Amino acid sequence: MDEARISRRGLSPRLWLAGGWLLIALLAAIFAPLIAPQDPLAQDLMLERLPPFWLDGAEPGYWLGTDSLGRDLLSRLIFGGRIAFIVAFAAATSACLIGSALGLIAGYFGGWADRIISRIVDVWMAFPPVLFAILLVAVLGTGLSSVIIAIAVIDWTRFCRVIRAEAMSQARMDYVESARIAGYGRIGIMLREVLPNVLPSVVALLSLEMGIAVIVEAILSFVNLSISTDDPTWGGIIAEGRLSIHQAWWVLVFPLITLILTVLSFSQFGEGLKARFDPVLR
Amino acid sequence: MFVTLFGVAIVVFVVIRVAPGDPIAMMLPPGASDDDIARLRALYGLDKSIVQQFFIWLGGMLHGDFGTSISLRQDVLGLVFNRLPATLELATVALLVAIAMGAAAAILGARSRGTAVEAGIDIASGATLSIPDFLWGLVLILLFGVLVPVFDISGRVSPQLDLPFVTQFYLAESMLRLRFDLTWDLIKHMLMPAVALALPLAAIIAQLLKQSLKEVLDLDYVVLARVKGFSETQVILREVLKNAALPTLTLVGVQFTFLIGGTVIVERLFSYEGLGNMAIDAVINRDLPLIQGIVLVFALLFVLINLAVDMMYALLNPRLRHG
Repeated sequence: MDEARISRRGLSPRLWLAGGWLLIALLAAIFAPLIAPQDPLAQDLMLERLPPFWLDGAEPGYWLGTDSLGRDLLSRLIFGGRIAFIVAFAAATSACLIGSALGLIAGYFGGWADRIISRIVDVWMAFPPVLFAILLVAVLGTGLSSVIIAIAVIDWTRFCRVIRAEAMSQARMDYVESARIAGYGRIGIMLREVLPNVLPSVVALLSLEMGIAVIVEAILSFVNLSISTDDPTWGGIIAEGRLSIHQAWWVLVFPLITLILTVLSFSQFGEGLKARFDPVLR
Repeated sequence: MFVTLFGVAIVVFVVIRVAPGDPIAMMLPPGASDDDIARLRALYGLDKSIVQQFFIWLGGMLHGDFGTSISLRQDVLGLVFNRLPATLELATVALLVAIAMGAAAAILGARSRGTAVEAGIDIASGATLSIPDFLWGLVLILLFGVLVPVFDISGRVSPQLDLPFVTQFYLAESMLRLRFDLTWDLIKHMLMPAVALALPLAAIIAQLLKQSLKEVLDLDYVVLARVKGFSETQVILREVLKNAALPTLTLVGVQFTFLIGGTVIVERLFSYEGLGNMAIDAVINRDLPLIQGIVLVFALLFVLINLAVDMMYALLNPRLRHG
């Protein structure tokens, strides 16, 4: 009892902080055209490399300064959030659906289904993930859907391994046996009884995976393989910032802070949710 | 093990053959005749059926023939072996940094268990763990490449230096030749990417090792050592560490493969001339034979590390040693 109360009280702040940042970033991305002070694509060589607002030489309306083409950094970050969140939700959900389904089948049915799926996971784990992602996007052609497919194709194993182990231990529980005696079919038991019990793990992993997807998208756009180069992406801004690091540090610093906050929030949010839903802790 | 490698070979082959874009067309000047194209196709074996191509490729690899790089026009195996030492040295230094930082944090945390110091270490390692090597690399570039420029953030070695090396293991060779000026230059280039790779692993080591240390610290023989008058740090270093290290060791092995996977983007970030950096160039240039060769070498490395970890575990675990 005491322990449960302590853990719930202790976890709340991080759930709130992480959720708060994600909500702000998400809303900014959704309402980007209304919020962004400037057109993120507008170039103006008269305004190149303006520093952020608290430094000498800053221009009003360009809060975080501009890059080497005179584009407003804050507006580019806000619009870049759109790509980041679309990739986070779409790629993580796809990876989750593929991985959880295969993990559930492998863990609950066992036998040859388990052997085949586990073998595929072994093969997948022998690839360096970043190289695999770059290779897949190069093969599929750059674009938003390629990035999403590449991340889903690579990262489903994360879900598969965890859900497989969970489903395996759940399948041995008494309640599964009772359901069988009560006359439910195997697939019925899997979906009705086992699935709800592995859901807390799925939710935590899903949040974690969204953070990973944001990073992978940033890496892909950093090596110029994500979506078209015109649209602002966090990784693309970082790549520009890396090049002009000695002339305009802010072009690297602000997207970096944005990425770190987002990734930290996704992982802390996932951990917080897991602790909240975990029947043992509750 | 071989099944895994065979699986990797199939996946790589299938993925790459789906690639749009004709590498042959990219090699030839515009206006090349159809004859030229056909001849070049035959030279690279691209005129045969997919299944034939796969077995020719696989058979060649078993004889050590990984094909010819299309963009660099050199033997793939030679190119890979030329770059692999740079990546291995980077990964090894990163691993050592991770173990040193992680163990230091774990010992400090176990020593001061129950205090604010331990809580601080928990929070720091939790946050460190959540931030991937790519972002750590950028943070380090900003801190120690720009703000306090004490380290080099680009390349493997200063280009103006005269290198006497005969192998590609620059770091090891510079030490063997007692050319510590070169060793220092290499370290100055290598340390930042190595720390970027090491930080997430160091956090995992800190968490797990601290947990094991705390468990062992409550056992009877440790109490006895304390009664004998050893200080807490001495107790940990002399009596506890070797018994608590085993679970951490297994995990470090698995995590080391993730660290090697991370070299791909970290090398790119720091323009470090290793295998990963070459791999990204190969993908951008659509250099199929080179990509295949590099991915397979990475896969082989992963499989070998897992094998080594299993063997080391058997060697160090007393229960398995006698059983």
